[in-house]
Amino acid sequence: MEHIELFFKSIFIDNMVFATFLGMCSYLAVSKKVSTAVGLGAAVIFVLAITVPLNWLLDQYLLQPGALSWLGEEYADYDLSFLSFIMFIATIATMVQLVEIVVEKFSPSLYNSLGIFLPLIAVNCAILGGSLFMQSREIATLGLALNYGVGSGIGWFLAILAIAAIREKIRYSNVPPALRGLGITFIITGLMAIGFMSFGGMLTGGEEEAPKEEKTAKVESKDSTKEDKVLANNIKVTE
Amino acid sequence: MGLLSKKDGKLILDPLADNNPITIQVLGICSALAITAELEASIVMSISVLFVLGIGNVVISLMRNIIPSKIRIIVQLIVVATLVIIVDLVLKAFAYELSKTLSVFVGLIITNCIIMGRFEAFALGNGPWRSFLDGIGNALGYAVILIIVGFFRELLGSGTLLGIPVLGDPIEKTGLYSIGYENNGFMLLSPMALIVVGIIIWVQRSRNKALVED
Repeated sequence: MEHIELFFKSIFIDNMVFATFLGMCSYLAVSKKVSTAVGLGAAVIFVLAITVPLNWLLDQYLLQPGALSWLGEEYADYDLSFLSFIMFIATIATMVQLVEIVVEKFSPSLYNSLGIFLPLIAVNCAILGGSLFMQSREIATLGLALNYGVGSGIGWFLAILAIAAIREKIRYSNVPPALRGLGITFIITGLMAIGFMSFGGMLTGGEEEAPKEEKTAKVESKDSTKEDKVLANNIKVTE
Repeated sequence: MGLLSKKDGKLILDPLADNNPITIQVLGICSALAITAELEASIVMSISVLFVLGIGNVVISLMRNIIPSKIRIIVQLIVVATLVIIVDLVLKAFAYELSKTLSVFVGLIITNCIIMGRFEAFALGNGPWRSFLDGIGNALGYAVILIIVGFFRELLGSGTLLGIPVLGDPIEKTGLYSIGYENNGFMLLSPMALIVVGIIIWVQRSRNKALVED
């Protein structure tokens, strides 16, 4: 159950593109045609599935406070977490190179379709973002980390596929000249992100969203905050 | 521009408008959108990028003749990562609350496309002083957009600027709120960042027809 929940959450609720804006640069640059978008999306899933679990191991056994205790008692209070950026990015850059070499050797057809995108991926924010979120959300086991990597990758894939398909169609529409190209893509992505927000309450029954809403509730009038509180209490009681 | 020649001045001024990294070159959008719900976070993020891009461009430019082109991406990543770690530690030491708000987005400066994009496009082929100016110019262009977006989102979303209420008190119903104005909580949500940037692009391109794509 935990796995299904995380999987669903990483694809839809915390979608890389629509909820956290990761990998926007390549998302905007490579989404002019569906076929190239599919290639890049597949490469992102592939690389995330490898780097997130790998960085999880690094984080667990090298970087976290107290992670070095497997070396012996005297290393137990070392905290190397300030090195995580450099370690993560080094892992990602090396893995991307390795994957490129391995794929080229064993599956030339896959290499031909992914090939040009792989080097691009080393500097895709979605990849480093995946590892950094994995660290800050304290994902518990290696299996869950793999799950998170694959799930986020699929979420990104869906997003770029959708926008590429929309951009292919919108070419036939009469968009105001100044909005053509980049401008309209931004606005469509914004609208899609609003759509994806509707997934927000699906797993938690809206409870996790509560702290965010508090901010807006404060700004509203006193009466409505009271009402909100009563409502929130009612929800808790029914649960 | 007494200090700078005309050509050097152009390096700084161009990215501010006609060659803006976000709206024209489409670089560095990831972090630009996620942290602009408050003006303060936008400003701190801009300063961080200014620091990393300014220094990083100089370092890469100094090393440009000794980096083998095959491993240049890894070398660039290491340089950026080192600078970003410095920024992150400084933020944690002096602005802890803010570094919590920015969370992973400070780390994501490493993969901010502006930085790698400018390294590749400029610093690898130009001297240190010009690269420094280019870095500063592009970081300022990035900052302009971030600050505009942050300004509107905070003003319309929570009625404050830098945390100071400017439209009156929504609870006591003073200022604008006394005539029935309400904050638009929607502006604080992430999709609005995209739409605000879309509108900036629209305004900019209608003013300058040369930028219109077909």
